[in-house]
Amino acid sequence: MDFDPVLLARLQFAFTVIFHIIFPSFTIGLSAYIATLGVVWLRTGEERFHVLMRFWTKIFAVSFAMGVVSGIVLSYQFGTNWSRFSLVTGNVLGPLLGYEVLMAFFLEATFLGILLFGFNRVPAWLYVLSAAIVAVGTALSAFWILAANSWMQTPTGHVIRDGIAYPVDWLQVIFNPSFPYRLAHMLNAAYITTAFVVLAVGARYLLAGRYVAEGRTMMRMAIGLLVILAPLQLFIGDQHGLNTLKHQPIKVAAMEGHWDGSKPVALELFAWPDEKTETNRFSIAIPHASSLILTHSWNGLIPGLKSVPPSERPPVVPVFFAFRIMVGIGLFMIAAALLGAFLWWRGSLFEQRWYLRVMAQCWWIGFVAVISGWVVTETGRQPWIAYGILRTADAISPVPGATVAGTLALFVVTYGIVFWFGIYYINRLIVRGPDQPAAVKPSDTFSNRPIAAARDAGGTTID
Amino acid sequence: MEWYLPLIWSAIIGVAVILYVVLDGFDLGIGILFPTASDERERDQMMRSVAPFWDGNETWLIMGGVGLFVVFPQAYAVIMPALYLPMIIMLLALVFRGVAFEFRLVSHSKTWWSFAFTAGSTIASFAQGVILGHLIEGITVSNGAFSGGPFDWATPFALLCGLGLMCGYGLLGATWLVMKTEGPVARRARGQAKFFLVLVLAFMAAVSLWTPLMEPRIAERWFSLPNFYFLWPVPSITALTAYLVWRWINEERDAPPFLAAIVLFLLGFAGLVISNFPYLVPPSLTVWDTAAGPASQIFMLMGTLLLLPMIIGYFIFVHWLFRGKVAEGESYH
Repeated sequence: MDFDPVLLARLQFAFTVIFHIIFPSFTIGLSAYIATLGVVWLRTGEERFHVLMRFWTKIFAVSFAMGVVSGIVLSYQFGTNWSRFSLVTGNVLGPLLGYEVLMAFFLEATFLGILLFGFNRVPAWLYVLSAAIVAVGTALSAFWILAANSWMQTPTGHVIRDGIAYPVDWLQVIFNPSFPYRLAHMLNAAYITTAFVVLAVGARYLLAGRYVAEGRTMMRMAIGLLVILAPLQLFIGDQHGLNTLKHQPIKVAAMEGHWDGSKPVALELFAWPDEKTETNRFSIAIPHASSLILTHSWNGLIPGLKSVPPSERPPVVPVFFAFRIMVGIGLFMIAAALLGAFLWWRGSLFEQRWYLRVMAQCWWIGFVAVISGWVVTETGRQPWIAYGILRTADAISPVPGATVAGTLALFVVTYGIVFWFGIYYINRLIVRGPDQPAAVKPSDTFSNRPIAAARDAGGTTID
Repeated sequence: MEWYLPLIWSAIIGVAVILYVVLDGFDLGIGILFPTASDERERDQMMRSVAPFWDGNETWLIMGGVGLFVVFPQAYAVIMPALYLPMIIMLLALVFRGVAFEFRLVSHSKTWWSFAFTAGSTIASFAQGVILGHLIEGITVSNGAFSGGPFDWATPFALLCGLGLMCGYGLLGATWLVMKTEGPVARRARGQAKFFLVLVLAFMAAVSLWTPLMEPRIAERWFSLPNFYFLWPVPSITALTAYLVWRWINEERDAPPFLAAIVLFLLGFAGLVISNFPYLVPPSLTVWDTAAGPASQIFMLMGTLLLLPMIIGYFIFVHWLFRGKVAEGESYH
């Protein structure tokens, strides 16, 4: 049998990175939520916030473990499967990943230990501070990963000598042209994704008539956040799209299914892009609409896919469809958030069982949107691994295709098992519910602790 | 070219690697010792002794890997493909072991995740030893890239190193349990520590004899004059330390056997460095051959000098916070 190492290495990376991205996009948001619950608990002294904090921390622990182990795999895969890539871009990308480890990973890992196990050993303020530090750590990690990824998309601040990229200006490397948009888009996506999980769990409890007070709190907090962030994401995404048009116009052409650059761009609601005939089949489109969105002009032109030879084009079909899935989910999210806010304002949020039923099913939509977004941006970058610097086909390790195929199979089996059990156990934790009976106030939780003397900050208001 | 930068960096990465080996060593060792516990309650106790730390410990593995990628990209690009299979097997084993910490707590029947924890820890330890052993043996390189086959690493020497490191981690894990637990677990760990100590000494002796026989350059490093005058204390102190581990276990001391076991690891590591410096990929690439551009090294160095002390600081803090012994049946959730 003939194995193509490039294709297999790409499959392996795509598989492992998609598996991995699920967990950061949840843990970035969830850590922020847990920290928020902690702060509210300290300020109000209301027990249900503490109960919720403990409850979500358990779910966080399970997700975080899966994120950590799959992340370690990725950091080694640059070398195992993409050693030419490591060699060519290592001088630039290496330090960005290095800073991620030094700034973010150690912080998260250490303070997660306190968050999970330190509850009985530290004062309330330090316990909540640990939650906040974990949240900052996850966001910092996103900062560096997205700096590295954005540099691969829109590289600046480097020179090429003997085929190897060397950094010249670190600020330009980190704050490369697409970085601010990508970071804002991703962080916001993570918070939205988590908010939908929280919303779904809250709705589920209300439907079942269990943990009603906690369920209502979760739903209110989630909708309050979503009504701001979901519309904001539309705006950020639009800005990000304009930035991509400027730096990677062919990616945008693939997203739009736009072949002929001499014509105004129609908004393809549905179509099947055909790379052989260079046209869209079964097209249902609104003429001029994409010109209007992308160039703010009725007849605005953007480069089409035909402006470059086929060897320079990304695979159009996955980019085109993933983009539609992402945007479709995004629009649905905005509608769901606005509707929820409207029902809340009307005072009937918790009575509309159809709304609760739909929301209880929506826990996964954020993840699908995030994965689709990554498919758009990563597949849209092809055939380049580092845009304009190194082609994906030239980035591969000297490893036989059969070896890559074998390890890919191992990854699929391992991650299949781990993922299945992870979802199963998270669901079990949700079913078990936030039932911790510990009726404690933040001020007296820690009276018998070694550092109890330092416990007062924030906890003093309640006694 | 700033010739001293790769030296500073090999020291930093060396520290990261040894920190990883010692820190993840003791929690991987817990996994190796897991089947010897008499019930799941005892296993809870063993796991609880490392649960707050394992994640931070494992981060040093990323630090070592990324450090290599940052500062010695060419070595990274050679070592990773050469050790492709043991690397990926190690990573997958760590996946099972890592999720076992959380899954075991949530599942109704702990048996399978206890097994995954043991299997993951054992396989990861063995694979790490194989990786180390094959690095010492040397990697086939032509034109600065790996040019060997996918099973080059499967040599008797590398497999021996795999078993040796497993026993080493077993020793660290057992002495850790002596320090951090009480009751039957701690009592059993004393016997296990002695058992692994004997095996570790045997493996250390085997490697110390094998490497100079295999590599004339290593023989010359150790046995030529005047090097021999400076180097003979390494094996002597090793023997003395091993004696102290044994004695302190017999005296039922808590922390000293663990600390002495760490010293044993440091000495073994020193031996490897003495044998192989300045080669990063023996016998072809030195630290200077594979170093990144000075700009990258300096940029990373600034951050490291600032952040590493902070990391070590909160690292010590968390160990202090969770000081003391873990009682039987203690767990979160």
